[in-house]
Amino acid sequence: MTEIKDYTQGKITWCAGCGDFSILNAVKRAFVELNIQPENLAFTSGIGCSSKISYWTKAYGFSGLHGRGLQLALGAKLANRNLTVFSAAGDGDLLGEGVNHLIHTARKNIDVTLILHNNQVYGLTTGQKSPTSEKGFITISTPKGVVEDPLNPLLLALTSGSTFIARCFAGDLNHITKIIAEGIKHKGFSFIEILQPCVTYNYLNTYDYWKERCYDLQQNKYDFTNKEEAFKKMHEYGKKMPVGIFYKINKPSYEELFKQTKIPSYKHNIDNINIDKLFEEFR
Amino acid sequence: MVEINKLALKIGGEAGYGIMGIGLIFAKLCMRSGLYAFMSHDYPSLIRGGHNTSHIRVEDNIVTSHIDTCDLLIALNKETIDLHKNELTLNGGIIYDGEEDKIANAEIRNDIRLFAVPLMKISREISGERILRNTIALGASVALFDIDLELLFNILKENFNKKGEKTVKMNIDAARKGYEFIKNNYKKEFRNKIVKKERKNLILLTGNEAISIAAIKAGLKFHCQYPMTPSSQILTYLSSKADDYGIVVLQLEDEISVINTALGASWTGARSMVATSGGGFCLMSEAFGLAGMVELPLVIIMGQRGGPATGLPTKSAQGDLQFVLHAAQGEFPRIVLAPGDVEECFDLTLEAFNLADKLQNPVLILHDVYLANNGKVIDLPNIQYSVDRGKIAKDEQLDSVKDYKRYEYNNNDCVVLRSLPGQKNGLYSCGSDEHDEYGQISEDPENRIKMMERRMRKLEYAKELIGNKMTKLHGSIDADITIIGWGSMKGRILEAMKYFEKDNIKVNFLQIISMSPFPVDIVNEILRKAGFIIIAEENFSGQLSGLITEHTTIEIKNKLLKYNGVPFSPSEIYDKIKSMYKK
Repeated sequence: MTEIKDYTQGKITWCAGCGDFSILNAVKRAFVELNIQPENLAFTSGIGCSSKISYWTKAYGFSGLHGRGLQLALGAKLANRNLTVFSAAGDGDLLGEGVNHLIHTARKNIDVTLILHNNQVYGLTTGQKSPTSEKGFITISTPKGVVEDPLNPLLLALTSGSTFIARCFAGDLNHITKIIAEGIKHKGFSFIEILQPCVTYNYLNTYDYWKERCYDLQQNKYDFTNKEEAFKKMHEYGKKMPVGIFYKINKPSYEELFKQTKIPSYKHNIDNINIDKLFEEFR
Repeated sequence: MVEINKLALKIGGEAGYGIMGIGLIFAKLCMRSGLYAFMSHDYPSLIRGGHNTSHIRVEDNIVTSHIDTCDLLIALNKETIDLHKNELTLNGGIIYDGEEDKIANAEIRNDIRLFAVPLMKISREISGERILRNTIALGASVALFDIDLELLFNILKENFNKKGEKTVKMNIDAARKGYEFIKNNYKKEFRNKIVKKERKNLILLTGNEAISIAAIKAGLKFHCQYPMTPSSQILTYLSSKADDYGIVVLQLEDEISVINTALGASWTGARSMVATSGGGFCLMSEAFGLAGMVELPLVIIMGQRGGPATGLPTKSAQGDLQFVLHAAQGEFPRIVLAPGDVEECFDLTLEAFNLADKLQNPVLILHDVYLANNGKVIDLPNIQYSVDRGKIAKDEQLDSVKDYKRYEYNNNDCVVLRSLPGQKNGLYSCGSDEHDEYGQISEDPENRIKMMERRMRKLEYAKELIGNKMTKLHGSIDADITIIGWGSMKGRILEAMKYFEKDNIKVNFLQIISMSPFPVDIVNEILRKAGFIIIAEENFSGQLSGLITEHTTIEIKNKLLKYNGVPFSPSEIYDKIKSMYKK
């Protein structure tokens, strides 16, 4: 069995009190729970405070470009489906810079688990608005307050075709651990939004703010295979915020649709590939 | 005098008339008659309407380029005659529909022979529609050139088999009717004639096809792409072979996704490739740098067309050389190779996969519309290839390493042992930040120097690996004129060189293939000894010329530049160089 320390590395530079700490903890605990060997774990991310999580997890980590971490995961899973492929992104990263990739990767239903660290503000660039900032939220780039309505990540994931959609709150370590483990176990594209306070730049959406609002969907009768129900619940945003699994269905995952992915690409024998047949068509 | 086994045919008409299809069949027909051919197309960026042409040159020796004349013109509309009648050689001919397109005698030079074939009428008789006019005209041309009609029937069968027996039969009937019409109505011999040669092992390939097949041979396992002229054919060809050769081929949402996904696959050890054009490569640029930073192999096929922006989407150009040499922020070893013909597209693609693995770095192949789309009959390549995946770690190797460092400083070797996800003792962070030996973020100035220096040393190593493939000198070292060129200019410069023979002017041609690393020594050596130097490029500013000056301080004063979307022809190159040449 693996232990937390098997996944621990690096000198962490997040602000004290940052929600990312509990997310990192939960991620490692989920890996322990599922006994995923670090060498079989491909952990990709983009750029931003949250994306540093792949540097600070002992595994095969790939911290790529802003908004593009999910594409690294797509390529990795298709080329070696034996790996557990996990990806982390921030709200600016996934919903600003790389939002098109979320749409197109979700609809493929590739067996990748994606966590969205949603702190509703840009941290690493020192406090500008993000695509999920609430209307009226004052930042250094929006001195009169954010003008647009925030993007709803869960709805986007649902309409794009994710087959597992959940939300957690960074203040509830046990719940995130459980949901992440569920997400990894789910065969297909798992989308997990984590509401994460930014103690330095987000004065509005604090720990207390979310504690007051969050309630667990699974504590009441709720059918997460019902898309319309999920759609309704995802619109619940305000005084009460549901967390838990919103949607979960079974559907063949993308990599299984390619017979060439059965064996990891690097294991194919590529010495002396015969191409005589190919030339025949051009004679 | 009838010319044997040397001819040029042009087919013209509106887009959607099957101009290219017929051009391809004619080129194959000549190949199966044991001859070499070069097939070029000119088409606008639309699907129907607009003027399309296909030009096929046939000879008994390898044909390296198009020319701007033709001996026979197949005109599927009147516009084709108006636009191209002056390209006809002495005693050339026009096949046209005498009932549909009226030609006044005064319009046409009186040495030209007119072959009025009722294309529409015959087509309607066979099919009730107009769709067979191209095949009828093709049959007519086969009669004029005296080509074996059975050969044509065979190709038509292969070509239309998928569309069913009825289509095959209609096309064969159409070809026969066209053939017979000429044989019955025009008895006098035409100016060119094909006499079958016993030459086997010829194949007809475009640059894109050569690249695709070579990639398969090299062990390509992962290809993704977003369609864009002139590289789309690579995606469609590889898609059709994906299952047979165990390749994951994906069409993704944009080029940013394409290159990042390919890097994800490369990270886990798949030989990976992407293909695009200038606009798409703009989107890929950031991740081009990422590949250099995290030291992952990737082959990038970058097909040039007229820019900037949408530019001239279907027209050939060489305007992206300086762009690819500087694409992405910061400094990393950019490896850029420019093949000059179909054979080099094949060779360099094979090479690129080994290079990328050995260097743990992206390798970019730069071609263009002319090279990507035009077909050339070549001898079947004699392939001597062995896959070399460089320093990919074996499990045992990692077991013996106590403290694995993916990005070890290593003063002796610029390339470090590379583990793949899944391997037990090879964990590391593959990080786009500047990193330490383990891949962890580091802004330490000393570390930065060591990392930069090791990565940049790959350029020298690449020089060693590419070796004598960096340049080619065509012709003898001592010459009156030295022409410098690159990419698809090769075939046309080689053809132009032949024209100088009769003038008793000695010409050689320095072809630059490796743009980065740049072959400084050899270029210096050749140019410092050269007489009259002239560079020919299809761009506005002389991008290779600038590159040569940058590396050698030699200034190339004579530049032959073209950027109007119409490819240089060999005679144009010859005429212009001759007028500029001073002893």
